[in-house]
Amino acid sequence: MNWRRMLALARKESIQIRRDWRSLAVVLLMPVMLMTLMGYGIALDQTDVPLCVYDREGSQLSQDLLKSFVSNRYFSLKLDARDYRQLVTAVDGGVCTVGVVVPLYFSKLLNAGRPATVQAVIDATDNNTANLIIGYTQAVVARFSAAVQLDYQQRRGPALGAPSLGLQARTWFNEDLESRNFIVPGVVALVMAVIGTFLTSLTIAREWERGTMEQLVSTPVTAAEVIAGKLIPYFVIGMTDAATCAAISGWWFEVPFRGSVMTLFVSSAVFLIGVLLLGFLISALSRTQLAASQFALLTTFLPAFLLSGFAFPIDQMPIAVRAVTRIFPARYYVTILKAVFLKGTGIEPLFAPMLAMALFAAAVGVGAVRGFKKTLD
Amino acid sequence: MLARIWQFVVKEFFQVWRDPRTRFSLIVPPIIQIIVFGYAATFDVHNVPTAVFDQDHSQESRELISRFASSGYFKITQESGNGARINDLIDRGRITLAIRILPGFAEEIRKREDASLQVVLDGTDSNTALIALGYINQITQRYQQDYQRDYLNRIAPLASQRVPQVMLDERPWFNKNLEDKLFFVPGTIGSVLMVMVMTLTAFSIVREHEIGTLEQIMVTPIRPLEFILGKTIPYLMIALFELLIISLVGVMWFEVPLRGSIALLLAGSLLFIAGVLGIGLLISTLSNTQQQAMVVSFFFVQPAITLSGFGFPISSMPPVLQWLTYLDPLRYYLVVLRATFLKGLDFDLLWPQFVGMAVFALLTLSAAAARFRKTLD
Repeated sequence: MNWRRMLALARKESIQIRRDWRSLAVVLLMPVMLMTLMGYGIALDQTDVPLCVYDREGSQLSQDLLKSFVSNRYFSLKLDARDYRQLVTAVDGGVCTVGVVVPLYFSKLLNAGRPATVQAVIDATDNNTANLIIGYTQAVVARFSAAVQLDYQQRRGPALGAPSLGLQARTWFNEDLESRNFIVPGVVALVMAVIGTFLTSLTIAREWERGTMEQLVSTPVTAAEVIAGKLIPYFVIGMTDAATCAAISGWWFEVPFRGSVMTLFVSSAVFLIGVLLLGFLISALSRTQLAASQFALLTTFLPAFLLSGFAFPIDQMPIAVRAVTRIFPARYYVTILKAVFLKGTGIEPLFAPMLAMALFAAAVGVGAVRGFKKTLD
Repeated sequence: MLARIWQFVVKEFFQVWRDPRTRFSLIVPPIIQIIVFGYAATFDVHNVPTAVFDQDHSQESRELISRFASSGYFKITQESGNGARINDLIDRGRITLAIRILPGFAEEIRKREDASLQVVLDGTDSNTALIALGYINQITQRYQQDYQRDYLNRIAPLASQRVPQVMLDERPWFNKNLEDKLFFVPGTIGSVLMVMVMTLTAFSIVREHEIGTLEQIMVTPIRPLEFILGKTIPYLMIALFELLIISLVGVMWFEVPLRGSIALLLAGSLLFIAGVLGIGLLISTLSNTQQQAMVVSFFFVQPAITLSGFGFPISSMPPVLQWLTYLDPLRYYLVVLRATFLKGLDFDLLWPQFVGMAVFALLTLSAAAARFRKTLD
């Protein structure tokens, strides 16, 4: 490896990048756009779930129940249906996600000390939302039921007091269970993965398509020098992007930052080198830019989105898929990001994921040099 | 004119089919994507690693714990001690949840005093935490109810028959078992189709421009409209072929039901593909290099997927982003996909989505044609 040749290549590459200022601007603005978009756009909290009610009885008690639905921030009333058909159409057409039906004789049954059943029809197309809604609905109904019971017993003289079983729940790291705090650190990994491979996967394929690769081959540079020389300018851009992402997460989205900046810096650098090298490997293997962009998407964006634990918990996946997640560095980077942002974990427990990312970078680096040498022959 | 278009279509097909890597990337990545999404995209909450600290060692506490264990939502390890280890266990990521039953729990329940259960949650993954908390609530509430019923049975067997109670009968429609794959597979069909069509068309004109073959086409007697048609027809057909493959995987492999009409699905898909083709061609005419085309198309695809409601509900987004979703053709298409696959809806509820996609297709295709005419001059 000759340092002068490598630096010369790095200079050539940075001149090329600077000349294409439009792409440079895009690459520097991309994190801002992606962070804002995904920080706001990816939210799992459910408030103001559109609700539709059909009160078949229309008594004081049934209205009380419906009021207790509307009076919390989880539901917002969209429609007071006149008949069952109207409610069904509203749920079908997506006007509301949940429809609550209060049966006939609702208050009569309860006043007679009998159980009454309220029906909740839920559009479960989005099963996660449906799951949360079922939880909220159950909570509202249970609370109402307890109140009715208490009232009933008090009216019959000395209450047979029921034990109250309270729940003292304390939540750590993300005290208000805001999905933004959960999502945003993962988005940083997503943005870095995209930018990393995106940038590099086009550089070598472009040289092939334009024919400048022939010129490069005729010079005395080695494969390792080409890769290192191309890596340096893109690494600088990538780290700038990482800093932008971290700043937006901390200051704009106000995600707590509890760990050390140093851990964040080191892990981002290791991850970035890994994805950049992966980009080189891809571009060395695929000679057209179309194929290169497809492979890049498949090997970086997809794992970072799906197999990283950024939004979808890894321990809920089938075993085979869980094994696959261990191959990609995104999983480790997301673990570190969440630890650094929310948990404030020190560097010692994070040593293992760091090592895994470094191993990935090394393996892909060797592959890239080999693959590149082969294409030269 | 027809003959010229035909010749052009044949040429485009040859160009796409010639390169084995492109051929490969047309078929394999979409299938991988749908399989990975079908398995990995899950918000399920099962077997949450949970540590239980039972400091009461009573019949009551054991009964409650066994209810947690048998629910299937928690993977329980019994821990001894007073819970000082909770900190460490959560920090190391061994558990997500700790339940602590303080000494005197049974005593308090028997005396009908306020007994309480301490729960510590790792809130990093807010979605899992929220759903788990819902389950804990449910289990403790049912325990309390059952305890009360037993108690009443013992002291006043007759009175216990007459306790009013409101029960909830929840009916998750369209996805009875709340399965993730039913939500994600139709969504993935839409996003894979979009990415595919987008990358193919965004590269198509600019590549000819870069390689210089556009000049050759311009000296032929072909007219702009013929050119645009010649560029769209082959990609439309490829896209329909893709739709067929991934839908087959969805229906046969993941057993996603197809409840609606195939004609409606096809009509919606055609409108959607036309719109994406339009935007792809527009990008292709606006860019000078393939790298630019790739970057710009990414800038369209990424927000389009995030805002489509593909994985994250639109109703949870801030209002500004909710308005923006109306500019997103994928938003409309996903409604059509989910409605035809899961809901089996008819055109009378879906026509607004068709109007949205038609307007989008009309605007982008005419903009692309106009823009192309300009580059020819």
